[in-house]
Amino acid sequence: MTAVIELWSGLHPLLQAVIKGLAVIGVMFPFGGACSLIERKVSAWMQGRPGPNRALPFWVAWVPGIGLLQRLGVFHLMADGGKMFFKEDPVPGHVNKFYFYLAPVVGMIPALTTVTVVPFGAYLNEAGKMVPLVLANLDVGILAVFAVSSLGVYALILAGWASNSKYPFLGGIRASAQLISYELSMTLSVLPVFLWVNVPGGNGTLSLFDVVSAQNGAWFGLWMPLSAIVFLVALFAETNRLPFDMAEGEADLVGGFHTEYGAMKWGLFFVAEYSHMLIGSGVFVLLFLGGWNPLPWVPLADVAVWLHLTTQPILLGLLSIGIFLGKALFFIFLFMWVRWTVPRFRYDQVMKLGWQKLLPLAIANLLFYALLIAWIQTRN
Amino acid sequence: MSDTLFIILSVLTVATALLVVLNKNAVNAAMFLLLSLVGLAGLFVLLDAPLLAFVLILVYAGAVVALFLFIIMLLDTTPGRFPAFKPMTIAASVLGAALLALGILSLSERAVLPLPPKAVAVPTMKNYAEQLFTTYLLPVQVVGFMLLIAMLGVIVLSKKYTPEETK
Repeated sequence: MTAVIELWSGLHPLLQAVIKGLAVIGVMFPFGGACSLIERKVSAWMQGRPGPNRALPFWVAWVPGIGLLQRLGVFHLMADGGKMFFKEDPVPGHVNKFYFYLAPVVGMIPALTTVTVVPFGAYLNEAGKMVPLVLANLDVGILAVFAVSSLGVYALILAGWASNSKYPFLGGIRASAQLISYELSMTLSVLPVFLWVNVPGGNGTLSLFDVVSAQNGAWFGLWMPLSAIVFLVALFAETNRLPFDMAEGEADLVGGFHTEYGAMKWGLFFVAEYSHMLIGSGVFVLLFLGGWNPLPWVPLADVAVWLHLTTQPILLGLLSIGIFLGKALFFIFLFMWVRWTVPRFRYDQVMKLGWQKLLPLAIANLLFYALLIAWIQTRN
Repeated sequence: MSDTLFIILSVLTVATALLVVLNKNAVNAAMFLLLSLVGLAGLFVLLDAPLLAFVLILVYAGAVVALFLFIIMLLDTTPGRFPAFKPMTIAASVLGAALLALGILSLSERAVLPLPPKAVAVPTMKNYAEQLFTTYLLPVQVVGFMLLIAMLGVIVLSKKYTPEETK
């Protein structure tokens, strides 16, 4: 195992960066595909039907136990993925070609970039200190996530505009208004968390790792429930998921901003949406649900001592990734659960909720916790 | 490495900024503005100020340019429908450029710049916050107030007031 670590640290930094980049792509694309399958299975389960369970390539049908994979719909996922790549990709004649091709690519940039600044696990080094597992450990953590993911709106706007027809255009307009509106509440809702993390005398940090370290005791979700709820609602709006999927509401806009797209260009939008969901869930877990700490008041470091994993950084790292991903995947499920339960809002309701309910709520919440935290932290 | 990056980023920033002004298609111009801001953010990162870089991306690239695009799309500014430069615009631009040149000239000829301080504060979040809330409190408040005035102005201008109708 040490040989692998030595080999890795001996590589040129540029080569390391390329490998990390390829790893992000290699994880996010299959993840997007898997999510589309999970979405179909979850929707089927909610609606009391079996869902995709037929596809089975005849040349593997003899393998014993393959029936389970067949019933899980795994081969539908592969068939869908293959179809995305190989089907004809028609480009309508009336589009602005340059931006039409650019939009899905622009959508992928924030989706793949934000992954690099989100810590997804931790281990103990020789000195017994927690070290985060993250591709790029930035001090500005959460700000980087918000900044880069806010660029995701351009994919929707450009796709809507470049398609040069009515429904995509309306979708693009709605997307830009909605995403900018909910960004405000989202940013305000996380401020109490950072007010608490930045204790007086510290140097000031926005790092997500420090947020998790501050949750060795109570999780922020437990004593800042309103922050968590506002963040979650804004997250649904930011990721364009039902009940906020104004940009692609198929009942009134056909497919919204991606009406004119097909094949893999459309697939890229989908992968981007699912990776935004994963990143959003991950950030929510880090901020409010203790990250890789298994339970409130049970930090990972204690678990490492119980399981004698303090000298096994790789096993502990895998355990922490497992805990973190488990929580994040629950929120992916929550996204789907809500999608198949709650009907879509009207556009004016979405705007009203964002500006007249969520934003004042977030501001009041911030004021309350600012006073509370100032009182607690200056008491002694 | 850092010098190469500086050259690449500054060329990107300046070239795209020029293209913003010279482009006739408003959507292209907005996209070039976006690129220019990204280049500027890169320059901030080179200056060891990642906080400023990400705030720039978050506020300007993420929200302001998106709103520009929103307005451009609503107004349908097809290229060629309006003359690119009106005489007044040209006069104002020339005047502005002349003033700017004069300013740079007087600065380079006459001004005595203070020496850079020996010890520079580490650009931590805490230092930013402390400076903003102590030394520069008044400018921050004034700028905030000016933005508020601009916002009120937009509300007043965009609302159509009708004289009170008899019911």
